[in-house]
Amino acid sequence: MDKVNTSPLHGIWALTNRDLKKWYKVPFIFLMSLIQPFIWLALFGKAMNITALFTGSAFNIPGLNIPKEVVNQIGKQIMLQTFGTQDYFSYLAVGMLTFISIFTAMFSGMSIVWDRRLGFLDKVLSTPVARGAIPMAKVISTVIRALAQAAIVLLLAALLGMDISHITPAGLLGSFLALLLLIVGFASLFVTLAIRSTSWEAQMAVMNLLNLPILFASNAMFPVNYMPTWLQTIAKINPISYAADICRQLLLASPGMSDLSFGFTYLAAFAATLSTLGIILSWRYLSK
Amino acid sequence: MPPKVVEAHNLTKIFNKKVKAVDNVNLEIEQGETFGLLGPNGAGKSTMINMLTTILKPSSGTAKVCGYDIIREAAEVRRSIGVVHQEYTADEDLTGLDNILLCAALYGIPSSTAKQRAWELLELVELKEAAKRKVETYSGGMRRRLELACGLISRPTLLFLDEPTLGLDVQTRVAVWNYIKRLKEEYGMTIFMTTHYLEEADAICDRVAIIDHGKILKIGSPNELKSGLGGDIIEISVNTDKLDLTTLIREIKGVKEVKKADALYRIKAERGEEVAPAVIEAMRSRGLTVSKLSMIKPTLDEVYLEYTGRSLRAEQASEEEMMALRRTLHKARG
Ligand SMILES: Nc1ncnc2c1ncn2[C@@H]1O[C@H](COP(=O)(O)OP(=O)(O)OP(=O)(O)O)[C@@H](O)[C@H]1O
Ligand SMILES: [Mg+2]
Repeated sequence: MDKVNTSPLHGIWALTNRDLKKWYKVPFIFLMSLIQPFIWLALFGKAMNITALFTGSAFNIPGLNIPKEVVNQIGKQIMLQTFGTQDYFSYLAVGMLTFISIFTAMFSGMSIVWDRRLGFLDKVLSTPVARGAIPMAKVISTVIRALAQAAIVLLLAALLGMDISHITPAGLLGSFLALLLLIVGFASLFVTLAIRSTSWEAQMAVMNLLNLPILFASNAMFPVNYMPTWLQTIAKINPISYAADICRQLLLASPGMSDLSFGFTYLAAFAATLSTLGIILSWRYLSK
Repeated sequence: MPPKVVEAHNLTKIFNKKVKAVDNVNLEIEQGETFGLLGPNGAGKSTMINMLTTILKPSSGTAKVCGYDIIREAAEVRRSIGVVHQEYTADEDLTGLDNILLCAALYGIPSSTAKQRAWELLELVELKEAAKRKVETYSGGMRRRLELACGLISRPTLLFLDEPTLGLDVQTRVAVWNYIKRLKEEYGMTIFMTTHYLEEADAICDRVAIIDHGKILKIGSPNELKSGLGGDIIEISVNTDKLDLTTLIREIKGVKEVKKADALYRIKAERGEEVAPAVIEAMRSRGLTVSKLSMIKPTLDEVYLEYTGRSLRAEQASEEEMMALRRTLHKARG
């Protein structure tokens, strides 16, 4: 017999690499996955020019002759107190980092449904690869893709005028660590939801149903403080809020809604719970 | 006695508590054998393969594959077998070479060995030129050959082939079988296959089993099964209608049964090609001439018909339609 690798982890990298190849070797899909956050940034971020509402010529009370500098100063304070930064674009840009992460994580479920439908999963199951390697590889490839996409979104945002004066290497590293934890958690969740399913329509429906609500029920687009109480409660347990909050603290030097160590602990617990649960459940299911 | 590569005892699979896809199957396959499982659509062939390849857990019964229990030692089973599924399972977005290397990695084959073997196999299945092209540009025949190469990358002791020539044209089918025969000689593999093409099973398999509704109806070498039907049928016309030659013919060695209809005699014989000359000789020694002679050798088609009550011919059309559908599905995704 030839020498073969029989460790339970063998094959994970091969499966991960396969998913990554499909991604970077098909430029169309690669570009498509960036278009949505780009549109959001360019249109939403720029069109909803909340900053302009409070500053400059837009803000003028007839009858009162308030000096322009005072108006601007008030505007800045309002922005700073609401968004923790002086322009909404920067606020939203950081939110977009979490958006692209969640969006990519949701697609991990889709890709496992296709693997099953096209028989690829059956092939993998007839090889000596450990069952757990299959969901793990999906999560790892999703993390790599999502982080790469988040980096590109950040770059685009910087080009479009995001405030980059507070960015430090350590801040970047911390932000991406927070995003990583967020992606691990959500990718595990969606892989687990998808592993029994053969219907990509159902998967698509789940994605469509969830993607906007979980985003809006967080501070990704708008600060939590101004939400109705019930929504605040949801937003405050939503891990997206913590990831976005950490990124804003580290990239924009905003005052956060919670301190960094609590945010990281919360995200780490989220990632650990869902990935462990996901891998155990899919392992058991795939061994049937 | 050669060791048993497959031993199944009362293997049963019930889907959704009612569909008995495989029903109490007992089966033994020896090392080096080429074993064919024949049966109509939905007979349970793929389910049988899926259980033996550990993709599905049996509802009851046990089986050993390459000496390992398919439930308790599933990982060892998977390490000793190669599987070519009924569907195309290669990743369309990757190249042929990448697909083979991926399979190799899944078997834990170190990458230097994998590369060398991959090129050997690509040469063998004549995909060397297309190796660096994406699989989505491959024809059906090329895909099948790629699947074969993937199934062989781990040099398995036992190779499962689920309808390896389904949907292929005649030339490609012949080519695929030639590869399989060569591989078998080269690696001394045992082969467990299913097919819809009975002529193929006849030409290739050492033993076949006919399965329907999950039950094995008949098992044996193609020749045994064919002669089990009563042998070849010889029909002769003799230029006399006065004499009854029935008893005379019956005494000829090898003749099993004779029926007379006017001047036409219908003879069942074990080996028609030896009996026919003897019959002509016997007639001539009586001064009679045989004016017409025809011989029908039963094929597996007749055997199949006898046991399943269905002819395979009628099913092939729909099978081809299904393949077309599958390909559309593949395309839809790109
Ligand atoms: N996952 C499943 N769930 C429910 N029923 C199934 C499942 N897989 C197979 N069956 C049923 O089990 C029976 C046997 O199916 P199987 O695929 O083994 O047939 P087959 O002999 O391979 O047919 P074909 O020649 O069409 O490939 C069929 O009635 C089929 O509908
Ligand atoms: Mg089948």
